[in-house]
Amino acid sequence: MSWAINNASMLAHLTGQNAYLALVPVLVGLVVSLPLGVLCVRFGWLYPPVLGLISVLYALPGLALFVVLIAYTGLTDTTVMIPLGVYSLAAIFPSVVDGLRSVPEPVRQAAVAMGFGTWRRLVTVELPIAVPVVIAGLRVSAVSSISLVSVGGLIGIGGLGYLFIDGEQRDFATEIVVGIILIVILSLVTDTVLVLVRRALTPWQRGRGRLNRRADMRADLPILPAGMQMP
Amino acid sequence: MHRITVNTSGSLAPRWRGYAVVGLAVVAGVALSACGSSKGSGKPSNPLAQSASKGSVVVGSANFPEDELLAQIYASDLQAHGIKVTTKFNIGAREVYYPEVKKGAITIIPEYNGALLTTSVDTTSTAATTAQVDAALKADLPGTLEILNPSSAQDADSVTVTAATAKRDHLTSIADLKPFAKNMDFGGPPEFATRSDGIPGLKKNYGLTFKKFVQTDESSTITFTDLKNGKVQAADVFSTTPQISTDHFVALTDPKNNFAAQNVLPLVYKAGVDSKITGLLNAISAKLTTSALLQMDTALVVRHASYTQVAQGFLTAEGLM
Amino acid sequence: MSYFSFAWQWLSLAHHWAGSNGVPARLIEHLEYTVIAMVIAAAIALPVGVLMGHTGRGGLTLVGIANVWRSLPTLGLLVLAFILSGGASWAWLIPLVALAIPPIMVTTYEGVLGVDADLKDAAAGMGMTPRQVLFKVEVPVALPLILLGLRTAAIQVVATATIAAYISLGGFGRYIIDGLATNNYQLVAAGAACVVVLALLVQFAFTGLGRLVVSAGLRQQARQS
Repeated sequence: MSWAINNASMLAHLTGQNAYLALVPVLVGLVVSLPLGVLCVRFGWLYPPVLGLISVLYALPGLALFVVLIAYTGLTDTTVMIPLGVYSLAAIFPSVVDGLRSVPEPVRQAAVAMGFGTWRRLVTVELPIAVPVVIAGLRVSAVSSISLVSVGGLIGIGGLGYLFIDGEQRDFATEIVVGIILIVILSLVTDTVLVLVRRALTPWQRGRGRLNRRADMRADLPILPAGMQMP
Repeated sequence: MHRITVNTSGSLAPRWRGYAVVGLAVVAGVALSACGSSKGSGKPSNPLAQSASKGSVVVGSANFPEDELLAQIYASDLQAHGIKVTTKFNIGAREVYYPEVKKGAITIIPEYNGALLTTSVDTTSTAATTAQVDAALKADLPGTLEILNPSSAQDADSVTVTAATAKRDHLTSIADLKPFAKNMDFGGPPEFATRSDGIPGLKKNYGLTFKKFVQTDESSTITFTDLKNGKVQAADVFSTTPQISTDHFVALTDPKNNFAAQNVLPLVYKAGVDSKITGLLNAISAKLTTSALLQMDTALVVRHASYTQVAQGFLTAEGLM
Repeated sequence: MSYFSFAWQWLSLAHHWAGSNGVPARLIEHLEYTVIAMVIAAAIALPVGVLMGHTGRGGLTLVGIANVWRSLPTLGLLVLAFILSGGASWAWLIPLVALAIPPIMVTTYEGVLGVDADLKDAAAGMGMTPRQVLFKVEVPVALPLILLGLRTAAIQVVATATIAAYISLGGFGRYIIDGLATNNYQLVAAGAACVVVLALLVQFAFTGLGRLVVSAGLRQQARQS
């Protein structure tokens, strides 16, 4: 892969762009999902319609959403970042709700008994317990975003998608393969970082070894955003 | 124990509520837009257009490697002489970037005089030679734009076939296609289907009606692959594409000048450039020949050299930088 | 609002609904690509997923596959397939199938794996052979998740088929790619609208299929628990 080495700085620049275009929407998705999720747990009747709407949006193909946005934001980075934000919401929001709902009732009651107010309970007890599920949603959304940014190459948006367009134009399979590999690497690195963050935020889960293996695997197999269950 | 968990919503309504909301939004949107357009509130601006940027000189390029290379040559040269340059490469076909140059969102873009004339400036023009085309452009370009000196380098659209097809059907010029066209599928970039020197021009000037038009790409991998494997029998190929010779294709001659002269020259937004910039660009054009262009394209497409390397190599070799 | 008016301007013209570039023709093309890819993907992924779920093996491999799958860029795969296959007319099929297999396989595995052991015991107790247990108990109980995997895959395929217009495919993606090339936003907008409607219809279709195929007992249980 001497080509890759010779063009390392261009590749680094594109990778950085790709990461930025993908991860900012994920963060925005998280920031929106947290209060929205808390609200939907508090007012349970809100959850089904909101989830229904978001599930529908999640089904829409990326390129279609990008070009719809062109009408409002032109051919800019925002055109790609808004749909990615919506998709992130679809993956993270159900995770927040599921995570909060997974707090065992005795734990919540103990916190109430100890005199924790609503906010304190939320921030120091419920959210931390929800962390693994929320991070599972974050992982799904981060990896999907990183890959979907490359479709933006079709509308001239930056990121590693450029390598696919240029590779097609110059009959240069190597360039395309390098692009695919870089995207996969970027995704795996991001995924690993998020797993480390989860471990850092949930010290009580360390050292449970085998007992937790199946649960861990379930958390590592986030093929579907949590909550996208039976029809 | 891992059980199948089921979303316990207690009713079937939730998902349908979601659909209903989206459905209502869509109906509302369509209704509002139908109202809006019937009131004739004037033509909405094209969303594919980009907003004008201020400050530095913006060098843009179309969405194919040769134009990106030329833009890189311009940009590298200007930067080497101390001019602040922003680049916007791979914008799209002329239909996309021409409006941008007109309003100054792009300051400089490498162009091909004939294609510029017949695609965007005067679709009815019959100008054929370099001199005729340049004169027509100077007369008809909008006031905000000007073309600088043409280089001798030309890269024209051509109708190209495989060596085997040329031999079998005895093809040397586009006119020779007449008896065969109705059994041929023609490949080219999407815009070729509607451009005046594209499919309509071939019909008008040569009486050719092809069986089918297949959208391929801008004279690159898909076009050549489809020619090679017979998916299309003729295609729109740019004349300085290296694959013509490396893969043994035949570019048919164009005796009726369906494709006008296509000299490379800079198209500039007048208010965005000064005499220093135009001087530098004209110096580049003076040194740009068709063979130099073909050599550079070969480096890009066959040896996969980087755009900046090839651009800087040219500028240094010609003593421009 | 302005997006809708662009789409409407193109879609409301009758001649855009006829001929080889008309909406019905492109719809049929798009459906062809989707159905062919889904059938092949399901034929591969369903048996493998059922088998793995039934034997309980291979979960770790699936984790690996799932992680990599989600990160694969569709545009890159499509162009690469085109180049490596020398522009074969079936080049598009490889990425489409490759991207549809993981969701079907993984959710089928999860579904079959998660069938309550008590149910399997009861079935065996009633005298069913292991094969009967598999097909009469495990698969039907896992059906909701299996359908979910199929739905996810179908939507993925519809989306990828749209992008495949870049390598000369037909379907609704053609409108988007051609429109972008000719600065014709109306065409682009119409293409997006068609794709969106198709994706929603696929979503609906699988939901409906679930109602038809998932046993009433399971749905009842879902509602009550």
